[in-house]
Amino acid sequence: MITAYKILGKNAFEGFFGSLAQGREVYAPAQKSGKIVWAPMHSAADVDWRLDNTDMSPKEFFFPQSECLMRFKNAEGEGGRVMVPVAPLATQRVLLNIRPCDAKAFRLLDRIFVQDDMTNDPYWRDKREKTILIGQGCVNPCPECFCTSVGCGPFHEDGLDILLTDLGDRLLVKPISGKGLAMVKDLPEAAPGDIDLAGKIMAASEAAVKTYPGFEPKKLAGRTVLDIYDLPLWSSLYETCLNCGTCTFVCPTCHCFDIQDEVRGEAGRRVRNWDSCMQKLFTEHASGHNPRGEKRDRVRQRFMHKFTYIPMRRDGELGCVGCGRCVRFCPTNIDVREVVRRMGEDVEAKSK
Amino acid sequence: MKARTEKIREIAKRLLHEGKVDVVIGYARGTSPMREQPFFARTPEQADQLTWSSFCVGNTAKSLVQVARAGERAGVVAQGCASRNVVGLIVEKQVQRDKVVVIGVPCLGMVDFRKVEAQVARSEGRRVETVEEDGEELVVRGRGFEKRLKRKELLRDNCFTCQHRNPVLADELAAEPTAETGGGDIDKVAAPWEKFPAADRWARFRETFQDCIRCYACRDACPLCYCKTCFVDDARPQWLGKTQDMTDITSFHLMRAFHCAGRCTDCGACESACPQGLKMRRLTSKIEKDIRELYGYSAGMDVQAVPPMASFRPDDSDDFIKQGGEQ
Amino acid sequence: MNNPYLPYPVRIADVRVETEDKNLRSYWLSFENKEDAAAFRYEPGQFAELSIAGLGEIPIGIASSPTEGDTLLFTVNKTGVVTTKLHNMQPGDVMGVRGPLGKSYPLAASEGKNIVIIAGGFAVTTLRATMVWLLNPENRPKYGDITFIYGARAPGMLLYKDELTAWQGRDDVRCHITVDRPAEGWDGIVGFVPTVTEQAAPSPDNAVALVCGPPIMIKYTQPVLDKLGWQADQILLSLENRMKCGIGICGRCNVGPYMVCKDGPVFTKAELDHLPKEY
Repeated sequence: MITAYKILGKNAFEGFFGSLAQGREVYAPAQKSGKIVWAPMHSAADVDWRLDNTDMSPKEFFFPQSECLMRFKNAEGEGGRVMVPVAPLATQRVLLNIRPCDAKAFRLLDRIFVQDDMTNDPYWRDKREKTILIGQGCVNPCPECFCTSVGCGPFHEDGLDILLTDLGDRLLVKPISGKGLAMVKDLPEAAPGDIDLAGKIMAASEAAVKTYPGFEPKKLAGRTVLDIYDLPLWSSLYETCLNCGTCTFVCPTCHCFDIQDEVRGEAGRRVRNWDSCMQKLFTEHASGHNPRGEKRDRVRQRFMHKFTYIPMRRDGELGCVGCGRCVRFCPTNIDVREVVRRMGEDVEAKSK
Repeated sequence: MKARTEKIREIAKRLLHEGKVDVVIGYARGTSPMREQPFFARTPEQADQLTWSSFCVGNTAKSLVQVARAGERAGVVAQGCASRNVVGLIVEKQVQRDKVVVIGVPCLGMVDFRKVEAQVARSEGRRVETVEEDGEELVVRGRGFEKRLKRKELLRDNCFTCQHRNPVLADELAAEPTAETGGGDIDKVAAPWEKFPAADRWARFRETFQDCIRCYACRDACPLCYCKTCFVDDARPQWLGKTQDMTDITSFHLMRAFHCAGRCTDCGACESACPQGLKMRRLTSKIEKDIRELYGYSAGMDVQAVPPMASFRPDDSDDFIKQGGEQ
Repeated sequence: MNNPYLPYPVRIADVRVETEDKNLRSYWLSFENKEDAAAFRYEPGQFAELSIAGLGEIPIGIASSPTEGDTLLFTVNKTGVVTTKLHNMQPGDVMGVRGPLGKSYPLAASEGKNIVIIAGGFAVTTLRATMVWLLNPENRPKYGDITFIYGARAPGMLLYKDELTAWQGRDDVRCHITVDRPAEGWDGIVGFVPTVTEQAAPSPDNAVALVCGPPIMIKYTQPVLDKLGWQADQILLSLENRMKCGIGICGRCNVGPYMVCKDGPVFTKAELDHLPKEY
């Protein structure tokens, strides 16, 4: 299929926004007291085209930090115990100006939340099916970004329905999915000059993503689990880690959760909450036995999960999209790029 | 800053070389702009990686507990606040005085990276790529821009009102003592709730904490938080729900703050660690002020002091403890 | 598509105190809805989440065999909040079961082979299921010799005593039931499971061993099997990591590239040899 690029003048955006908002909730990055957050857009004027990526990833839209799985009632007597799943999402949603790294993260999570008949998370699937992702090519990568080193990129299309490129007073619109195509079919065709211009912007942006010297996850491919598990770096790397969960919470691909019941009187709910492999309690048995009882074990787990275990199970795909949030927000500046560099260095030293 | 860095390295090398300490806990250059990282130097060569800048916002006393528990003798690079936390850890018997060598650094205050970002207009897509310190100014550069910013306007809130910039306890000094205070009036800002009408306080309180993601970075960055099992992690009984309900979130922050009563040195590590930029000092600074006014006590000033929350006198003006005991 | 997080409602049909310390109780659970019973198709070695609304869930191996009908058997040790509540529940009470979860013992793939079962303490549950399944007249002819080695701290701590007696009375099973130290009224074998295994000396020829027990038992049984010539791919072990979702998403039971709840809990020793000892 030849992609029909469309063009959308920012002065005509109001009309397009109207069609997006028809029966849908529209969300986009917005400023809030020094942070960039996802916020509902009530009109075209609310959309701010200049903003960087959000501080927190949009995974909250599909996998809320606290999500009710079911409600129950524990009244005594026949028929007293009722367990009801929460209702599916009532409205369709649009995430506008989502960054390509985040969209790619959700493609990876699709493979984890929906694997087969048994592992088929209805809560994740429902929200994914009802949400349209309109990406904005990332023209201003942060110093912590490294998407181009992990098989992603500032204009990566995987997972998006539409990709926008900001050309100043107008947007180049590239429909990617069938859903995306249907939404933009009435927009005018783009002029070849605009497509060229977008190509130049994309190339400049890709070049602007900082590569981190020595960040080479491919050095880890083909190594056994125990090879990497026993690398020397693990015995010192953990020292400065606080074992807080910040890296896992800001990460768009981290998906671990806990399930908790909450009751008030006879009524209650079963809720899943984000959890983190950084927390000691995460793996602790009721007996006190803990398979990852030491901080060293937990720090190693996070990096090995993303750069060894996930690739082993998902055709070599890394559990990282290079959004840089964990680098930006780690209170002790444990930098995944540096960790992977050292993993590679240790692996090579070992095989010599 | 450069002179301080050099002096810190010199002292650390000497201590490690002479075998006086097993490790020196300090800071090394971070991998991204406006970030330094905690660093453990175990050899004189590693001591060359130690650094000092306006972005040493963690608290080295935090790592001291871990090192002390492992039985190592530590040198610890500490500005005023961190040195007070070292004192606090000695008072609370987590660290032995003779197992720690304090490398004191008279501090000029640390910079809040969010304030730098606000000034270079992150909202317009500008990203800080390098920062250079030039006396009282920071030279901030990114793609297509360069700005000179005044350090004084960028200080963290707690550094602005700091009362003890010079180390309280120091075995070595990495610079001449500096002005003791940050220049701000701590009593004007210490208890921000007090200036809100009572009716607004609840709303302000919720607003302050509503973005919390419960990563517990504030707790984990805090040198006071060394309990082997924190109340939030206790499963039997479970003190606190794990959801994003405001009840759970605010309970966590209230309990954490009260746990710091009479112990907090206002080092600001909690706010610096928070990925959401929460102002949890709005709680701790109020308690700090109360402790100061009610008991005339500031935490971490004296290794011999008995902390007010850890003592009781029969002539205490409040008799609720006695009443509680008699019932 | 079923919602894998929703438990099936079940009613406690029968409760039995299993051990003298009263910490282990067996629960026979019957489905409230016929179609749920039909949907719950399981094999020995699988587990389920026992679900008590308001308190949570606990993953427990299924101790019954599908050959026993629609009623499920679970033997529960009192350790946490859910199991403590369960210990206070009575026949007639309603609760939830979510599953079946995980992989079973490879019984179909082991047809024609000799089966050696080595169990310690209350980890015998899914191995009881296996025994009942193997001894079912439809299945027994498909397998060679069956050796059953099971040990507990004391005679009063042995589970499923009536069945043990019945199995000991059969001539198509070699039963070695042992207790750790001599006890009044016990005239059976005395000794730890590894020692008894050494004495029983099950041959590795054309055989698989299913081993389930506390880590200390597994640690000392391993060298015995090695000495007897068993290969790592003949030995099957069941892991007990903490689990929540039970369907391979929540990450809690992750060990190496596996989620124990979905890719296990049954692994060959050969597989575990390539994994970190995070279990």
